[in-house]
Order: sequence, then structure tokens, then C-alpha cells
Amino acid sequence: MLKLESVDLNVSNGHEDFSILKGIDLELEDNKFYALTGPNGGGKTSLAKVIMGIYKNNKGKIFFDGLDITNLSITERAKAGISYAFQNPPRFKGMKIEELLKISADNNSLRARLRAVGLCPQDYLDRECDTSLSGGEMKRIELATVLSRPSKVVMYDEPEAGVDLWSFESLLQLIRNYHKKGNVISIVITHHERVLSLADEIILLADGKITERGPREKVLPLIQKESRCCWQANCGGNDDEIECY
Amino acid sequence: MMKLNAIENELLKNVADLHKIPSGAVNIRKNGEGVLRHSTANIEVRPKSDKPGIDVIVAPGTKNEAVHIPVMITMSGVIDVVYNTIIIGEGADVTVVAGCGIHNSGSEKSQHDGIHEIIVKKGARMRYIEKHYGEGEGSGTRVLNPQTLLIMEENSMAEMELVQIKGVDNTVRDTKAKLAEGASLIVTERLLTHGNQEAVSDMTIELNGKGANAQVISRSVAKDTSKQVFTPVVIARANSKGHVECDSIIMEQGKISSTPAITAEHPDAQLTHEAAIGRIAEEQLLKLMTLGLTEEEAEDVILRGFLQ
Ligand SMILES: Nc1ncnc2c1ncn2[C@@H]1O[C@H](COP(=O)(O)OP(=O)(O)OP(=O)(O)O)[C@@H](O)[C@H]1O
Ligand SMILES: [Mg+2]
Repeated sequence: MLKLESVDLNVSNGHEDFSILKGIDLELEDNKFYALTGPNGGGKTSLAKVIMGIYKNNKGKIFFDGLDITNLSITERAKAGISYAFQNPPRFKGMKIEELLKISADNNSLRARLRAVGLCPQDYLDRECDTSLSGGEMKRIELATVLSRPSKVVMYDEPEAGVDLWSFESLLQLIRNYHKKGNVISIVITHHERVLSLADEIILLADGKITERGPREKVLPLIQKESRCCWQANCGGNDDEIECY
Repeated sequence: MMKLNAIENELLKNVADLHKIPSGAVNIRKNGEGVLRHSTANIEVRPKSDKPGIDVIVAPGTKNEAVHIPVMITMSGVIDVVYNTIIIGEGADVTVVAGCGIHNSGSEKSQHDGIHEIIVKKGARMRYIEKHYGEGEGSGTRVLNPQTLLIMEENSMAEMELVQIKGVDNTVRDTKAKLAEGASLIVTERLLTHGNQEAVSDMTIELNGKGANAQVISRSVAKDTSKQVFTPVVIARANSKGHVECDSIIMEQGKISSTPAITAEHPDAQLTHEAAIGRIAEEQLLKLMTLGLTEEEAEDVILRGFLQ
């Protein structure tokens, strides 16, 4: 189980502090598949980074399987079985895809990992993880690095971003298969209706707070309603109207 | 046949990837003297008569052969200056493995200044690899100052790999290349300095003939309080192409100055350059740490990738 207790996150730009996460209380149970969603800038990535240890929370505590991990480093949390697939995975000049994958996968499974994310090992093992890779290719490699690890918590940050519509379903299957192996909490940060419809539970994060959480049957209709701009009902006018009323 | 001791084996392995004495054309120079020399039917290796050094003459049309000319310095206090001339005959296609390893366990300076003149004749191809390596527990400094003049005739090709990853305290590298019509040159430079080492690399490439093409790709890392200065210059005097790229990582208090320069003296010349210096990107470290590496391990993996 993963548990957050009154977690706050502030960041400073040198002049002033911004509050990004505000009093997050969250309990996530083993073997559940969660979807974390909400408007852009709501704090989803920040929450994942706090759990991974990339951002240090300013207040509150984080427990993992009963252990207080609030003060553990990223490396220690990774070794304890927490994984995070980046929304914008960094590129590495000069580093071959093979070398990046080898950090988490053993030699035997390298090729299988690439094949699983839809990249032909022959074409990709030797390529550099630099800016020559397309956005979708990089997201697939990111997924491969994470799925090669034995994890107990996996957070996928918008795995659909940049991935073509035709392949996303198979990547999603991969994430689900990893989940089905058992003994893992899966958290998919997403704006994708298909992912939401598969989740055991949906968590809605907006303005740094959890505004809604529950089984998909309950939360999905709420989101569908809320995410639409109700200009027709509220403001009237045509859809080329420039101002809001 | 000559026997090598453990130190010599280590040096040869590091500068020339040699695990034993090669069977082909070879010249091994140790502490200022040639200790092993061997020619083949197509590649002649002979000592110069007027000054220290050798001539390497590759017969026209020689294919798929390599010549190894490593230099070792295993004593403290040796200053070795050597002049080598390498001529790659017309239409040949060969690899030249040069390089110098210094093991200095004493307190005096050990220095090797290799002065090379390389002529790649019409239509010939050459791959040239020069690695520098230093080791030894002594306080004596390890100094390497290579000077290379590369003359490339019509439609010749050359690839030069210049690598210095460890243990050289002081280097001033001076590389000049003159390319005739249709000649093509790729220089890749890899440099890592640490402690308070200093490295200077000056390079001037002249594109003198139509269709000549040169690319310089330099990647370097300066750690601790080390310093590096790069000045690659490409001058185009004909309808030709040149590109210079310098990419550097600084760590701790390392200092790097890189000033690529391009000069066009012909209206159809196409020249570009880019240079970047910065720390390791934070996101890269974070990503690798989320895979369970410590910060130091992550740095290592990133630098190894960057410099290969
Ligand atoms: N390091 C930072 N410095 C300054 N502001 C930050 C930093 N990280 C996040 N923020 C701000 O915090 C807020 C939440 O960002 P976050 O990336 O967590 O949102 P998100 O919900 O993942 O959005 P999206 O759906 O666009 O990915 C945003 O307003 C963002 O600008
Ligand atoms: Mg985000």
C-alpha cells in the first residue's frame, strides 16, 4: 500500500513560492489500477514526482508498505520498487538505446523489451537516444525502461502522449499485462477516455487538490460533464465568439 | 620476438587496443627508441635517416591492411620528440593506429611530441586512430603534444579519431589539414580531463578544392579543476562544405573554452558550426536514478555514452 498524508509541495522561482500540491491525502491499494486525471497544470506530474522522490514534499508524509519513505532518495525508492515513466523522457546524447535499456533489463530480455513496445530491435538497439528519435519512439523506449524493472508501484505519465492511435492499444495492453502479473499498484496519468474506462478507480486532481475519487462508474460521468465548456448554456452566442461572458 | 611486461601490455591495450604484438606492419617505440619494427609486402616501415622517427609507405591499391605505430614511455624524465611520415598510396584503403601511452611512476616530467605528416594520395582512404593514455603513481607529469599535418589529394577520404580519456596532464594538440578537390575528412575528437589537467586543441582545415568536405565533431568533458581550450577553424577556398560541432560537459570547477570558426573565401562555400557547453542535464540524472542508479553511477553512464 502507498499512502500520502497531508502532502504539500511548493516550488520557488527565486522570488516567490508557488503552492503546487495542497494537502494531498491518498491511499492506494495493492493490485489496483488507478487513473489519475485532471486539467493541465493541475499537479499530476508533480504528485508522481513527489512519490518518486524527484520533488521533495514540503509537508506531510509518504508511507510505502508501512515504511516511512518521506526521507528516502530517488535511488532508494527505486530500489524499494517504485517506478515512474516520464511524461517528457530526457534524451541522452551518444548513449545507445541498448545501453539505456541495459540499466534495467538483462541482456536476454533486451530484444523482447523493444519488440514489446513495437520497436524492431535490429533497427533500434544501436541507435542513439538523442533528439533524432521521434517523440513517440522516445515514449516507447521510456515505457520499455520501466517495464523491465521489477516494481511494486508503477506510475505512467501520459503514456499515450505522442503515440499513434493505432499502437496505443497495444501499449496499453502491455501496461495491463504488467499489472496482471500481480503485486503491483498501477497509476496511469492520462487524459485518454479509453484508459479511464479501464481503471478500477479514477482520481481527479485539479489546482493541487484531489477533487474527486472513486470507482470509474461514479467519476467518469462527473468528468465528462465538467470538462466541457458550457458556453452554450451559460453564455449563448456562436462558437466564433471571441469573448466570454 | 620481443616480450612485453605487464605495464607495457597495459599501455598497448589502452592506446592501440593491442592484446599482443600485431602480425602486420608495426613499429613500437619505447622511451625514445624503436624496439620493434616490421614491414609487410604492401606496407613499408623504415626509420628516418636524418632525425628520429619513421616513414610508413603504403603501396598504391593496398586494401584492408592496418599498420600499428604505438609509442610507449615507461620511464620518468624522458622527453621524446619523433617525426613520422605516413604516405597512403593511390587507391589504398588502410587503417593506421597511432597513439601514445605514458607510465610515469617517478617525479620527473615525461613527454612525447609526435610530429606527423600524413599524405593521403588520390582516391585513397585512411582511417586514423590516435589514443592518448597516461598512468603511474608518480608526481611527474605526463605530457603529450601531437602535431599533425594531413595532406589530402583529389577524392581521398580520411576519418580521424582522436581520443584522450585518462591520465594525460598536459596536451597541446595541433592539427592541420589541406583538402584537394573531392576530398572528404571526418575528425572526431573525444577528450576527458580531470584533476588539474590542461588540454589545448587547435585545428585548421583548409578546403582548397571543389567538392571538398570536412566535418569536425568534438565532444569533451572537463572534471575537477581541469581546463580545455578548443579552436577548430575551417576555411573554404572552393565550392565546398564544412561543419564544426563542439559539445562539452563541465563538472565541478572544470573550465572549457570553445571557439569554432568558419571562414568562406568562395561564394559557393557552405559552412556551419555549433558549440554547446553545460553541466549534465538534471533530468538525465534523475531519470537514471529512477532506474535505481546512484547519482555517481548515473553520471558515469551518461559520460560514457557521451564520449563514445
Ligand atoms: N519545477 C517547477 N517549477 C515551477 N513550477 C512548476 C514546477 N513543476 C511544476 N510546476 C507548476 O506546477 C503546476 C502543476 O504542474 P504539473 O506538471 O504537475 O501539472 P500536470 O497536472 O502534470 O499537467 P499536464 O496535464 O499539463 O501534464 C503547473 O502550474 C506547473 O507550471
Ligand atoms: Mg503532467
